[in-house]
Amino acid sequence: MIVEGKAALKRKNGTATRLSGSLSLWKSLKKDKYLYLLALPGLLYFLIFKYLPMWGIVIAFQNYSPFLGFGSSEWVGLSHFVRFFSNPDFMILFRNTMAINLLNLCFFFPLPIILSLLLNELRSELYKRTIQSIIYLPHFLSWVIIVSLSFIMLSQSEGIINSLIAYFGFAKIDFLTNPNIFWIILTVQSIWKEAGWGTIIFLAAIAGVNPQLYEASRMDGANRIQQMLHVTLPAIRNVIVILLILRLGDIMEVGFEQVFLMYNGAVSNVAEVFDTYVYRVGIQQGQFSYSTAAGLFKSIVGVALVLLANKLAKKFGEEGVF
Amino acid sequence: MRLSFGDKLFNAINIAVLGVIGCVTIFPLYYVFVVSFTEPAEYLRKTVILFPENWSLASYKYLLSTEAFPKALGVSAFLASVGTLCSLAVTSSLAYALSRKRLRGRRLFLILILFTILFSPGIIPNYLLVRELGLINSIWSVIFVSLSSGWFVILMRGFYDSIPDELEEAAAIDGCNDITAWIRIVLPLSLPALAAFGLFFAVAYWNQYFNALLYLNDADKWPIQVLLQNMLIDASSSSLGDVDPLIQPPPSETLKMAAVVIAIVPILMVYPFLQKHFAKGAMVGSIKG
Repeated sequence: MIVEGKAALKRKNGTATRLSGSLSLWKSLKKDKYLYLLALPGLLYFLIFKYLPMWGIVIAFQNYSPFLGFGSSEWVGLSHFVRFFSNPDFMILFRNTMAINLLNLCFFFPLPIILSLLLNELRSELYKRTIQSIIYLPHFLSWVIIVSLSFIMLSQSEGIINSLIAYFGFAKIDFLTNPNIFWIILTVQSIWKEAGWGTIIFLAAIAGVNPQLYEASRMDGANRIQQMLHVTLPAIRNVIVILLILRLGDIMEVGFEQVFLMYNGAVSNVAEVFDTYVYRVGIQQGQFSYSTAAGLFKSIVGVALVLLANKLAKKFGEEGVF
Repeated sequence: MRLSFGDKLFNAINIAVLGVIGCVTIFPLYYVFVVSFTEPAEYLRKTVILFPENWSLASYKYLLSTEAFPKALGVSAFLASVGTLCSLAVTSSLAYALSRKRLRGRRLFLILILFTILFSPGIIPNYLLVRELGLINSIWSVIFVSLSSGWFVILMRGFYDSIPDELEEAAAIDGCNDITAWIRIVLPLSLPALAAFGLFFAVAYWNQYFNALLYLNDADKWPIQVLLQNMLIDASSSSLGDVDPLIQPPPSETLKMAAVVIAIVPILMVYPFLQKHFAKGAMVGSIKG
């Protein structure tokens, strides 16, 4: 009887809370006002610097003029989008983005996996840690430094690589201004900067492999390479699949700073991607509305792909990101 | 256990392959380091230098005697110190508040913050905002736009989740409100975590390039990364500003390498500490793709 009464009371309270939701929110605000005060600066930051710019997206549908402002600029509907899609630049941007990403997928993506398999086979802990320390380091260097180093190493007049090529009597190579090898140079830079860092997640997965599996495979006469291929690799297969799917979700993204810094007149046709285009047309030529439309297109396709990739990743039984 | 011949061979090849990879990775850094310390005359005389006969500080002395270079270092140091402190204050207070279950609306806040990771309105709306706020050409624009990020809030909240509510209840009995409890009890408890996050913030601020390029027009407000780009990639001869006419300028190549080395040194200095905290950061990095 008492229990029943309590339950009834609870139900009654439940409805009461629902009915006076705003009232209890006010109460909670008052009771925990200092907690909300703690959250306030951070929330304001996200509101002002992440959400206010979203309002600026409206200029993609206007002929925005800085003098008239957001409010009184003329509305033009989707005409900037139409102009962007019918512009020959669009296909070039799309081609460059895809080419850079596909090269990345083919040559960059497998490397951290191979590297982590090799690192895992090292028996000397000291040697392993030394190699790891070296190959993780470039991850923390800025793209400005990576590109600067590339210029120092590859320049035609003073670069050490070309000096060596000339020393052995071959013709110097225009690494930095040759549109035919521009994408390859980008891929090599990405590999140098991030391949080592990429091993961390695979090494973490490998660390979770049950040592008994190795023992059992040894009993069956497997040698080291066979162990690597038939025990370690299958153990990290899930991680590989998930990362591959998530990587595919990022196929519209190209490392902006890298491409932007490597850009020069000689390679402009192969070096322009969506973000650099937005910068050049928007900031440098002042076509704010048109470039916002171009940027918005990229963002929206990007979000759709990431969400799709995430859904697929979840299907593989792993927790997604969103 | 005795190793078979095949295993020994495998070990040897593996050690050699990884050794080569390590050398290839370190070589550009080694090369700029030794050449930056090479005597100018020796650099001009030789085609390829792998180890200098005569070491010299000429390039460094010259760089530091210029007007622009020390200034840019100062700007970057300001970003890395003040920026990091601001970022830590804003991010940790928000993350802590979001980790308390009694904060009503925290799910909504979290979803809104997650959404900012997923979708960015792009360069132009961000630029227009900074312009409307009148922050163009102010160093604070660079700090404000990168004050926090969804990833850091989510990661830090995960850390604060492990701090039990009972701790604050005890503090409340002792007369603390939420803010004083946070400052006196929670912050001291989370110092090691804050140090780790601070390192990652500091590296990010030191490496700030594009925001500075976008929002800072005056060359004398440039951080080191923008100056480096101007010196090395645009190969602008005037980027260093006024120089002492009495000093004979070293070859531009050794000068460039010295500039790169100076920009790398702070990263190298914090690198051993960063390494301790890799695992967490790597998980975020890999998810970010």
